[in-house]
Amino acid sequence: MLLHDTALIYGRYLRQSLRSRFALLFGVLMPLLYLLFFGPLLTDLPLGGRGSSWQVLVPGLLLQLGLFGASFAGFSIIIEKGQGVVERMRVTPVSRLALLLGRVLRDATVFVFQAVLLVLAALAMGLRAPLPGVLIGFAFVALLTVSLASLSYALAMKVRTPQEFGPAINAMTMPMMLLSGLMLPMTLGPRWLDVLSHFIPFRYLVDAVRDAYVGSYATAHMLYGVLVAVAFAALAVTVGTRVFRTAGA
Amino acid sequence: MTIISTAGLARTFRTKLGPVEAVRGIDLTVREGEILGFLGPNGAGKTTTLRMLTTLLAPTGGAATVAGHDLATDPVGVRRVCGYVAQSGGVDTQITVREELITQGRLYRLTKAQAAGRAEELARDLGLGDVLDRKAGTLSGGQRRRLDIALALTHRPKVLFLDEPTTGLDPGSRADLWDLIRRLRDEHRTTVFLTTHYLDEADALSDRLVVVDKGVVVAEGTPSALKLRHGGSIDASLQDTFLAITGRSATPADAAPVAV
Repeated sequence: MLLHDTALIYGRYLRQSLRSRFALLFGVLMPLLYLLFFGPLLTDLPLGGRGSSWQVLVPGLLLQLGLFGASFAGFSIIIEKGQGVVERMRVTPVSRLALLLGRVLRDATVFVFQAVLLVLAALAMGLRAPLPGVLIGFAFVALLTVSLASLSYALAMKVRTPQEFGPAINAMTMPMMLLSGLMLPMTLGPRWLDVLSHFIPFRYLVDAVRDAYVGSYATAHMLYGVLVAVAFAALAVTVGTRVFRTAGA
Repeated sequence: MTIISTAGLARTFRTKLGPVEAVRGIDLTVREGEILGFLGPNGAGKTTTLRMLTTLLAPTGGAATVAGHDLATDPVGVRRVCGYVAQSGGVDTQITVREELITQGRLYRLTKAQAAGRAEELARDLGLGDVLDRKAGTLSGGQRRRLDIALALTHRPKVLFLDEPTTGLDPGSRADLWDLIRRLRDEHRTTVFLTTHYLDEADALSDRLVVVDKGVVVAEGTPSALKLRHGGSIDASLQDTFLAITGRSATPADAAPVAV
């Protein structure tokens, strides 16, 4: 039943995404602008890693795409709460978990699609990276999206207005982006900043994807990245499920 | 035969300003095949009661059964036997009528073919046959409301809960909806539990009325019995009867809502 319901909800929201093709492409715009206008600044700088500057920047942009995109996923459910769609579904016997998972898997699909577009653009800009590494990068984007979208939907079920939701998400995502070294490796900075960034979970994800992009798969960075990404996803889906099971929203 | 019974059903909301007792303790019974008008001033706890009876909101006190299913221990059973139309309705304006009806059928675990057939059947039955492939956002108010009701009827529920179903409809659409509600009861023995602020509607449609105020039941009976008892005569208007029951004059002295 869970599979049936999840597939049903996934289909409904995937069709919703496909109806607004503009929004589907628009999501790639911000990371694409970084790629075009920020990427070339880095090409001759010593970034401390192996490989080219693109192999450092693109993994960061991929996770930035997931971070900003998926964190705002909850907006759609605030709109649906207003339309009464959420309650209409909640009075049917549909699995509560499926109402969350169907949406979250749709988000993962959309952001992996956008990540593919971004990598294609990066290839044109000069990125060269091994295919397994690129695929590993997509897997991290998918996991990150599942985690953040779950938390975003959970928060959106709790808040009453979009006016509360937007600022709350911004307040969380901006420090996350700056402190995790998505743009530039944190090892370039002073020691205190590097230490502080280790308290931000995305730090481990971005380090892992950067390793993958230079073809190093069996590293400590990769191990920590996988552990953090999986643990974060498990935690986020648990929180989301709990909220969807009980919400009187 | 009793199809809904509640005992001390209550819901207290915790707010920053302290607890708010939206529903203090509702005791009522509804007979199978009855059209019950659930009346009360704004903030009396009508919608909160409906949301509890449809499993959307967990009660903080009391108990209830709906068609033999206990609200607390068998919410899935309750969901299978009841349909609910919220005040706001519940359709995505960007989706076609057909897709909404089919999705709803699938949510009730019909197969694809069954859901498609049921969508056709409901559309024919509720006069939506010509608009099946239009987006819900392009429907008129009356069509939109019929779509909301069609969605709630997908699984042929024994009990249909309607929260202010005719608010915002023109007189013609209201009359159509009244006919539809009577037809549901006459043809399918569906029990209809509806809230309304239109007292002519309650008078014309309901077999029995339950009046709530400040979260408790303050009167119940047939429209004529209530008029006789509280309005002074069987010819009293339901408006005067209602004001007598709730103790509100036309310009209430205390206009603060009891609940949010």
